Amino acid sequence: MTPLRALLAVLAVSAALVLQVSVFPYVAWQGVVPNLVLLVVVGAAVVRGAQFAMVLGFAAGVLLDLAPPADHVAGRWALAFVVVGYVAGRVAQHGRPTATTVLATVAASSFLGTSLFALSGLVLRDPPLTIPDLLQVVVVSVVWDVVLTPFVLPLVMAMFHRIEPERAAVQ
Amino acid sequence: MRRPDLGRERRWRSDSDGDGQPPRALVVALVLACATLMTLDHSTGEDSPVDGARRAMGEVYGPVEVGAAGAVRPFVAIPEWFRSRGDMRDEIDELEAENAELRSSVATSGYDRNKLAEYDGLTAAAGTLGYALVPARVVGMGASQSFSSTVTIDAGASSGLRPDMTVVNNDGLVGRVLRVTRTTATVLLVIDADSVVGGRVGDSMEIGMLHGRGVLGDEGRLDLELIDQSVVPARGDTVVTWGSESGAPYVSGVPVGSISKVFANVRDGSQRAVIDPFVDFGALDLVGVVVPSGTESDRAVIEADGSLQ
Repeated sequence: MTPLRALLAVLAVSAALVLQVSVFPYVAWQGVVPNLVLLVVVGAAVVRGAQFAMVLGFAAGVLLDLAPPADHVAGRWALAFVVVGYVAGRVAQHGRPTATTVLATVAASSFLGTSLFALSGLVLRDPPLTIPDLLQVVVVSVVWDVVLTPFVLPLVMAMFHRIEPERAAVQ
Repeated sequence: MRRPDLGRERRWRSDSDGDGQPPRALVVALVLACATLMTLDHSTGEDSPVDGARRAMGEVYGPVEVGAAGAVRPFVAIPEWFRSRGDMRDEIDELEAENAELRSSVATSGYDRNKLAEYDGLTAAAGTLGYALVPARVVGMGASQSFSSTVTIDAGASSGLRPDMTVVNNDGLVGRVLRVTRTTATVLLVIDADSVVGGRVGDSMEIGMLHGRGVLGDEGRLDLELIDQSVVPARGDTVVTWGSESGAPYVSGVPVGSISKVFANVRDGSQRAVIDPFVDFGALDLVGVVVPSGTESDRAVIEADGSLQ
């Protein structure tokens, strides 16, 4: 992993973050937007495996925790994305990524990531919310992420193939 | 039969050691890093060392968000071209502005009457007149997935903004400024679950605390707990801010919302009212930040008498 390639990965995450914060609120449903940063982490996990996805997930999570307008306890998205990177990477290595498996991985990762974030919030009482509210947001965000997968994941996966073809799995 | 399988397995595992399991040390290190970050930010509260990192991140990502929002804005307006002709749209805008103005003057008339009747209200009104507004646009909205209701606006320290300033729009109270960077600021919306605003019921002058419920969209609601628990607030009454000392974080007399439901707590006899905010938090765009009159700013400041400075 050269610095240039790392920079490209961070740029991809930054682009996802800015789109998520500044563009997608216009189409948000109940304030829930597609979690593009999570999709980038899952794409990295499918192409490059758990180890890379966990490191990228940590970096992306810290970015999402600190970049405006975030105001929750820092480290919560980082933890959620590290786990997502681990799980998605482990699932992806059990076979060739078909459209169905990628979709299933995204759905599982989205559920896992949003729930973990919500759970860490419950533990830290940040903010004090009720379980039905949390569940509604989790369900809507899974639907959003699955809907956006056909448009985003091929791009992300192609990018990770390109920036380091010798280490990515050959299709 | 076996060979291609093996080959594929090897390729898939080529990323990591052995069977694709990431090194345990890395897993532990990353999880510990997250835990450390959370503990650091959570336990130190207001003046957390993470705040510096947040500000630095804001300096970098704030301008990018401003640029992205600016690039998208023309496309967001496209559906409106089909809905109505330009002149009709202008007319609608004008009528809406007038309507909002009339509605807020009707909504606060009870409050104003009471305020005039009470002498201390006059000084509060005089204080309110000493403020000016810095216009700003919302360029970033926190997702509901983060369970906090915060937005980024495109005015910052260079426009005269500081933390703990009141943010309003032409419908009513929006929130307060949490932190500023040079060109952007983060605003905590009043419906955030962490937000507490002092509120006053316009018709009875009773004071209480408004707590956000933390849900965006149609269910954006606030809870009002009155300090005098024997008073029963009436449905439809308007709630305005009662203001803080020297106007920070909230100036007084800004309309917040109207009472939509009242619950009585049978156990301790207290009243809890649900407030329907006047501001549509799902469609925030143009907002104003209340600054002291005569603030140095790099953009036009709207003074209390309507003049631009």
